[in-house]
Amino acid sequence: MVGRIVGLVCCLLCAFPFLVIGIYNRDSIEPVNFWSGDTSLKDKVKDVKGYNTEMTGLYKKCAFFFLMAGILFVIFPIAGIFLLKPSCSCAIIKRLCRRTAKKGSRYQMKAFLILEDGTVFEGTHIGADKEIISEIVFNTSMAGYLEVLTDPSYAGQAVCMTYPLIGNYGICLEDMESGRAWPDGFIVRELSRNASNFRKDITIQEFLNNQGIPGIAGIDTRALTKILRRKGTMNGMITTDASYDIHSILPRLKEYTTGRVVEKVTCTEKYTIQGSGGAGWRVALWDFGAKDNIAGSLVRRGCDVTVYPARTEAGKIIEDKPDGIMLSNGPGDPKECTQIIREIKKLYDTDIPIFAICLGHQLMALATGADTFKMKYGHRGGNHPVKDLETGRVYISSQNHGYVVDMDKLDPAVAVPAFVNVNDGTNEGLKYTGKNIFTVQYHPEACPGPQDSGYLFDRFIQMMQTKKGE
Amino acid sequence: MPKDLSVKRVMVIGSGPIVIGQAAEFDYAGTQACRSLKEEGVEVILVNSNPATIMTDKNIADRVYIEPLTAKVLEQIIDKEKPDSILPTLGGQAGLNLGMELEESGFLASRGVRLLGTTASTIRKAEDRQEFKDTMERIGEPCAASLVVESVEDGVAFTRSIGYPVVLRPAYTLGGSGGGIAHNQTELENILENGLRLSRVGQVLVERCIAGWKEIEYEVMRDGAGNCITVCNMENIDPVGVHTGDSIVVAPSQTLSDKEYQMLRSAALNIINELQITGGCNVQFALHPASFEYCVIEVNPRVSRSSALASKATGYPIAKVAAKIALGYTLDEIKNAITGKTYASFEPALDYCVVKLPRLPFDKFITAKRTLTTQMKATGEVMSICDSFEGALMKAIRSLEQHVDSLLGYDFSALSREELEERLKKVDDQRIFVIAQALRKGVDYDTIHEITMIDRWFIDKISILVEMEQALKEGPLTVELLKEAKRIAFPDCVIGRLTGKSEEEIKKLRYRNGIVAAYKMVDTCAAEFEASTPYYYSVYGSENEAVETNPPKKVLVLGSGPIRIGQGIEFDYCSVHATWAFAKAGYETIIINNNPETVSTDFDIADKLYFEPLTPEDVESIVRLEKPDGAVVQFGGQTAIKLTESLMKMGVPILGTKAEDVDAAEDRELFDRILEQTRIPRAAGGTVYTAEQAKEVARRLGYPVLVRPSYVLGGQGMQIAISDEEIEEFMNIINRISQDHPILVDKYLQGKEIEVDAVCDGTDILIPGIMEHIERTGVHSGDSISVYPAPTITDTVKEKIAEYTRRLAKALHVKGLINIQFIAIGEEVYVIEVNPRSSRTVPYISKVTGIPIVDLATEVIIGKTIRELGYEPGLQREADYFAIKMPVFSFEKIRGAEISLGPEMKSTGECLGIAKTFNEALYKAFLGAGVDLPRHKQMIITVKDADKGEAIEIGRRFEKLGYTIYATRSTCNALKEAGVHAKKVNKISQESPTVMDLILGHRIDLVIDTPTQGRDKSRDGFLIRRTAIETGVNCITALDTARALVTSLENKQEQFTLIDVASI
Repeated sequence: MVGRIVGLVCCLLCAFPFLVIGIYNRDSIEPVNFWSGDTSLKDKVKDVKGYNTEMTGLYKKCAFFFLMAGILFVIFPIAGIFLLKPSCSCAIIKRLCRRTAKKGSRYQMKAFLILEDGTVFEGTHIGADKEIISEIVFNTSMAGYLEVLTDPSYAGQAVCMTYPLIGNYGICLEDMESGRAWPDGFIVRELSRNASNFRKDITIQEFLNNQGIPGIAGIDTRALTKILRRKGTMNGMITTDASYDIHSILPRLKEYTTGRVVEKVTCTEKYTIQGSGGAGWRVALWDFGAKDNIAGSLVRRGCDVTVYPARTEAGKIIEDKPDGIMLSNGPGDPKECTQIIREIKKLYDTDIPIFAICLGHQLMALATGADTFKMKYGHRGGNHPVKDLETGRVYISSQNHGYVVDMDKLDPAVAVPAFVNVNDGTNEGLKYTGKNIFTVQYHPEACPGPQDSGYLFDRFIQMMQTKKGE
Repeated sequence: MPKDLSVKRVMVIGSGPIVIGQAAEFDYAGTQACRSLKEEGVEVILVNSNPATIMTDKNIADRVYIEPLTAKVLEQIIDKEKPDSILPTLGGQAGLNLGMELEESGFLASRGVRLLGTTASTIRKAEDRQEFKDTMERIGEPCAASLVVESVEDGVAFTRSIGYPVVLRPAYTLGGSGGGIAHNQTELENILENGLRLSRVGQVLVERCIAGWKEIEYEVMRDGAGNCITVCNMENIDPVGVHTGDSIVVAPSQTLSDKEYQMLRSAALNIINELQITGGCNVQFALHPASFEYCVIEVNPRVSRSSALASKATGYPIAKVAAKIALGYTLDEIKNAITGKTYASFEPALDYCVVKLPRLPFDKFITAKRTLTTQMKATGEVMSICDSFEGALMKAIRSLEQHVDSLLGYDFSALSREELEERLKKVDDQRIFVIAQALRKGVDYDTIHEITMIDRWFIDKISILVEMEQALKEGPLTVELLKEAKRIAFPDCVIGRLTGKSEEEIKKLRYRNGIVAAYKMVDTCAAEFEASTPYYYSVYGSENEAVETNPPKKVLVLGSGPIRIGQGIEFDYCSVHATWAFAKAGYETIIINNNPETVSTDFDIADKLYFEPLTPEDVESIVRLEKPDGAVVQFGGQTAIKLTESLMKMGVPILGTKAEDVDAAEDRELFDRILEQTRIPRAAGGTVYTAEQAKEVARRLGYPVLVRPSYVLGGQGMQIAISDEEIEEFMNIINRISQDHPILVDKYLQGKEIEVDAVCDGTDILIPGIMEHIERTGVHSGDSISVYPAPTITDTVKEKIAEYTRRLAKALHVKGLINIQFIAIGEEVYVIEVNPRSSRTVPYISKVTGIPIVDLATEVIIGKTIRELGYEPGLQREADYFAIKMPVFSFEKIRGAEISLGPEMKSTGECLGIAKTFNEALYKAFLGAGVDLPRHKQMIITVKDADKGEAIEIGRRFEKLGYTIYATRSTCNALKEAGVHAKKVNKISQESPTVMDLILGHRIDLVIDTPTQGRDKSRDGFLIRRTAIETGVNCITALDTARALVTSLENKQEQFTLIDVASI
């Protein structure tokens, strides 16, 4: 009898840790295998939760076996020993383990994209495991997903790529347009499982994970694009929680605004990059979320670029006596940047040549009394034609903006349109009357997108030169 | 810049006959451009020698000249029509060269005619090798370094400066013999020494080797104001080394990061700006796979095959925009016709993946080398669109109609890993199938990549397809798995085969679970703007976008798929005309086709276009959605006919001739019964399945006999057999592909071959004209010279033919078109073949008689009668001029192909000679086909014994024209005996100088070589013919053709009568 009790206790002692480990593992963020030696499928796991749940099942099964064996020990010891034997057989456990792992690795974590209008897309989860609410926008570039992901102007937004095959050439870290990825979420049709390029450092999956960006793949991105086109940009949520309650989510979606994102994306300290030879123009780059290639384009043309954080006072910049001032691109609604607009007005009042891109262009317009409004779904892509009104030439441009300067409310005494969008006739650039200031809505620094408008940087340098000559 | 108002009359030059490398894409481009010009109120004068094109229709241009494309002819047309400008950039290389010739000779200037679009100096800069290279150097765009050397030392020194490996190409050797790739100095010295010796001029081109680099193309548009955009970029899956026309091409590029993409884009714009091109242009780059280094391979300053592909891949109508630019418009003034909102200065954004596969003619030329090189061999191509690369590839594979529906199509399972790796080194049309097998055998990506240089990304995609095969094979077939298989476009039949279920079961399983095809739009803008005239492609697992319409009547027109020998552009002509005729009658029209080169796949031809494979499953998916009131199959060639049965199963009524009647014409026994009823004689014959049966029938009939499979087009597999051994051989060849239908063995009758196309409304019949072939029976009708009106047959025979046609059409209950071939022996007429559908000669006969028979056939199908349409039934009055259709071949492009004519069709295209007299028409036809003689007045005759008698007469006539005749021994003797001067020349095996040396000496105009009866067994004859073709010597293999040629030369003339076909 004592022997039977000892057997029972032994079995229970064995069963207990299995149960505990199993339950504990279920919530692990790393895929957990049955025993540490087996790593065969670990790297193929797509859905850690699903995989661990499957594995927990195996742990529980083991615990159950020991429990049964223990009970049998009490009633009928021989049977108990028989039952214990397979439980301890390495071969059987190994096989079970392999099978469970294979099954677990096939799980794909589901993800849901819930839009403000109640539309729900079901897809598979990619990237970091977290739930986000953001403004959903689409980008039509066919290449350059890394540049999109690292463009600070996307802060506060989740980007849907209309091109269906993303991640084909992996991630070439040197192509990053800022120190990190900014969108809240990433929405694609298909994320390539193979990344092929001679410069590839990591895969896009690794990048999204490292950068903590959640996303959704496998959805009909074209259908999503059409919704955004018809109803305008709207907010949405990406979640992996299948038991979401749409009624409680929708009001939360409506509440979301990108807010004052410029503060998040700007640099913290002023710093200088030396130009690569050349004239040595000293350019002040006011960083509202600048893409690296703005400074890059200037540096390559021999300018020394000093980058100022967004909260810098205009006076500080003027004090440094730059040859020219560059206002960068950036995220969010320009009208939220009330403080910066006031400061920019002070720059306007000097005679330092100024060149502004995107948000910088909008802020300068607001500072000088013009107005901006939010477009229905913005311009995001690398194929928009803009017309230089001075020469009549058309250039294909890289674009990323949701707001635009209202042409109807321009005071010609202050500024006149210099560029327009050929497709919808919206403003793409301004020339300030009687001033050394010109600003564009699109991105002459490209990355991603066509490099056709690089000549604008030359024009800026020309302006500094003329100014100096005076 | 607004339109240039001084342009009022424009002459557009077409590309001439379809040959390999210059196919239907120029009909598409020309048609689109002409329509675009007419839209602007400009009068269009069109010149093209190809009668099968849509561009030569009277509703496309105002004046149409189907005349030989030579400078002389164009000059006469210019003098007659007095255009103010010429648009030469839409007719391929042929059109461009002509435009340049006219410009350079000063003729255009003397007549005050200007070249529209790109200027002559630009064309020279792009086309002239040296000038191009200098230009590129000036603007800092790299070309592969190369130098022509005349000594080994120079070669070594140059190579030292550019680095190994280098490609060596001896100048003027046959098919590049003596060339090669050198990886080090020893190899270089060896090859160079050999090459210098072999080259007739002692020159070898040493070029930096860029084989294995990625091949990337950009389609660029530039207007007169200097605005540039790129329409599309494309990546060749096959790296540099395979002609882009033979490569698998994907659009947009898949493995280029934005940095590489933009670097090449900027380079392309830089080049087009420097060259000052106005209009469309294609720039090809080689990009090093492991660095940013690149080279410009070439620039085409005109609309090209790639631009047709780019047009269809993006929805951007390149030819149309190019025509408007030529008129002076700028890109920001031209509306994008697909969206109606954006402008032509908007670069298309794709939200799908496009795959193009070449259609190679190796099924026709079984002796040809399958290796793919820088010489293009494909006759046509297919394009498919899907939201994944895998899906697009799968769809493209089955669009080819080569009995292959997946990557398992060719069986390489017997090969070991080592053998597979060895096989991968061979660059041919089956390479992706070998890669798939290698992946199945577990060869890793790196190994495959190192051998093929195909990017790992593509290998991985092939691997995904292979893994799906495996998963389906292993089972179980869950709904999830089925969904995934359909997402990457596995057809039901393949899923069924892999899972051991029937196609029907898979289909049911799909429908039960709601797994059906959805259709997405090609709209140029990735859904950013609404589209007004989009076209569609299928995807699985997405929302359907095809707009549901409920018009009173809806008709499905099936296209004819890729251009191949035997099924060419003619069927696209028929499909397009039928579509227009249906639209005119108030039908909503739907076209399904997958050929990017054609007019039928242009966005504004049908109300709806589905860019899809023409297989029963793909068609059924569309039918389920569209629910058409009927389908027409008689215009789409064999491709459409083959779908008849499936369409009927889907419950779609076949408009026009019923399927069972089509069957009756193909089915030997049914057809014999009809012939008996109608009392029409035909050559005796029988149907067989095995070689034994065939021999039995042949002995009963007596040799020679004609052996052919039923239900094929272009006489594929058809042979004349003179012995049991040959029957054995041919049956083996035919049965290599399993036959669903029996094989026909007929007594071979020799006589005049007559062809008739007719329209039948069920009671009455309209015969626009009777065509007679110059070659006797035995040469496929598509390869014969065809004359309208028939010159040598009597009125009795003509009446008989008209009567037989009427009886046959009625007996077969034809509603629509019928094509019949007869043999006339004396006053007797026998039927050879009846096809109750459109044929190759339909566009030709429509144009030369002025009777729009496709339109009539369509009206008849809808329910009108011939009388109601304003025509008197019966044989129509003959025209008072002659129109001669001349076949054109592309033999020089396909190494190892047998060129002798026989019952199997071999020509790729045709041209027309039209004139008041037979002789002038004949001369024009030869001229149009590129036979411009005499040059050196030297020729070679070597004929088989049976032909000696006829050869004498032909020889005598050539002698009279001043020709020096060389002949092999027996032919020479025969000629001499008959008093014709001939010089004896040695056979190849004998000592030098031989026939070969003569040919290679480039002093010969013509070789007449008739192969021994049946399939030529002698390597000598084959070699002579191949050598002649490859050195650019005209080679004739039928005496009838030779006689026609000598007649035409006897009647050579400088001034032509010019006939405006649009006024017929």
